[in-house]
Amino acid sequence: MQITADMIIRYIEGVAARISQHRDELTQLDSAIGDADHGANLDRGFAAVVAKLPTVADKDIGTILKTAGMTLVSTVGGASGPLYGTAYMRAGMALADRYEISENELVVALDAALEGIIARGKAQRGEKTMVDAIAPGIDALKAALASGVPPHEATAQALAAVEQGMKDTIPMLATKGRASYLGERSIGHQDPGATSAFYMSQVLAETLAQGA
Amino acid sequence: MKKLINSPENVVKDALAGMAAAHPDLLRVSYDPDFIMRADGPIKGKVAVLSGGGSGHEPMHGGFVGKGMLDAACPGAVFTSPVPDQMLAATKAIDGGAGVLHIVKNYTGDVMNFEMAAEMAQAEGIDVAAVVTNDDVAVQDSLYTAGRRGVGVTVLLEKIVGAAAETGANLEEVKRIAEKVNALGRSMGMALTSCTVPHAGKPTFELGENEMEIGIGIHGEPGRRRVPLQDAASITEMLATPILEDLPFKSGDNVLAFVNGMGGTPLIELYVVYNELTKILKGRNITISRKLVGSYITSLEMAGCSITLVKMDDELTKLWDAPVLTPALRWGM
Repeated sequence: MQITADMIIRYIEGVAARISQHRDELTQLDSAIGDADHGANLDRGFAAVVAKLPTVADKDIGTILKTAGMTLVSTVGGASGPLYGTAYMRAGMALADRYEISENELVVALDAALEGIIARGKAQRGEKTMVDAIAPGIDALKAALASGVPPHEATAQALAAVEQGMKDTIPMLATKGRASYLGERSIGHQDPGATSAFYMSQVLAETLAQGA
Repeated sequence: MKKLINSPENVVKDALAGMAAAHPDLLRVSYDPDFIMRADGPIKGKVAVLSGGGSGHEPMHGGFVGKGMLDAACPGAVFTSPVPDQMLAATKAIDGGAGVLHIVKNYTGDVMNFEMAAEMAQAEGIDVAAVVTNDDVAVQDSLYTAGRRGVGVTVLLEKIVGAAAETGANLEEVKRIAEKVNALGRSMGMALTSCTVPHAGKPTFELGENEMEIGIGIHGEPGRRRVPLQDAASITEMLATPILEDLPFKSGDNVLAFVNGMGGTPLIELYVVYNELTKILKGRNITISRKLVGSYITSLEMAGCSITLVKMDDELTKLWDAPVLTPALRWGM
């Protein structure tokens, strides 16, 4: 699978559109266990990223992703700004100077993004956060590629794992972020960060399926 | 949603412009990135004190910018922490060469954004220290949570630490005093009604006519438990008891008592609560040596209150009494 810089631009535009479309849903999920701003914050951040895209339209994948990450940090605020911002910046650093990458390099970038989220948020699996959606997705992608599953099918399997991970946050007790203040009452609600991570993964899978 | 706003998107900018217009003698406002700073800053050789957080908690923090308190405040979107760009720009604008103390409330977003800003400022050669307030006893077990939230103590700490910086204390000393106030202070809050975040357009949570929420934070996030509405004496007891049973308070202590309104509660009710608090403390042989009653750290129009106690000694009392001149807090000058 060849993943081009143009596809990364399309992916970011797609994420912005998908987040905007689900803005109220994300905010609604956040009002149940957080502070009712997740959708609005991400929408504001990705709108700013889209506005910046023309300045990196002919740049390498690393520059595109780093610019997206820095713009998210500068506009989103809250916890999701530093977390998603760090994720995109780390993915960009892993792909510096590359105009085209393979599925294996995508895995390296996704690993770097997840490590960034874990380091910045001091989070681990099972705490009812975006990590619970992203980490199983990367695991599934790696396992599928290692067992010789074709890349497009591997990304579909990874997306299914992200979706399952998102749903698995429903019965979890939150121990990180604002939801943790609810204690037992956080159980039964789907994590908004895991949900936004699912939408981003969905757009990534669609973009890869469409190809260059 | 019935609010005196032009649009949810412009609430913060419009309010900043209003503050700039109302208090040109005390503060200056910077836009893009947004921050509020002392009109007479930066002050050469003085440790600068910076705080910040989501908007919607007015007068905190912008109302506390001025002589004897904050050198700058960074307002985020409503209930959303500011971004590192704001803190970095404010840090650079107020640094008088003696370093900058960041006062951060323990909320995940605030902590992460301030951490990133401190890393950037340090990379530019500015001496930055930080104190994270975490006074909320409603959060019981920090092993299974993001830790206790920073609430009412933040206001009192900003006043005391601002006074310490004004005396010419160095960054290490100012940080020591900040940590001391945080260690000696405890808070707990409750809500009678939810607030409505402008961009959400509807109440964050629903409370029945005869219900109240105990142990709320300052962002409209639900509290620890929901119980039937009771009278002010019982509510004050429900807030004061967990505070007093969490160290460091003991018989014979002097305390600074702070009864705070969440934005939608009139002063008459806060005085009813204060009266109940004086009885409870008297019963435990604790003396209120200083007090503050009013709405200083709010949650938009939420009805409810919080109680904060800080165990006082001579050093903290002297700093609390020192002159302060800000839009929301002023005495001695």
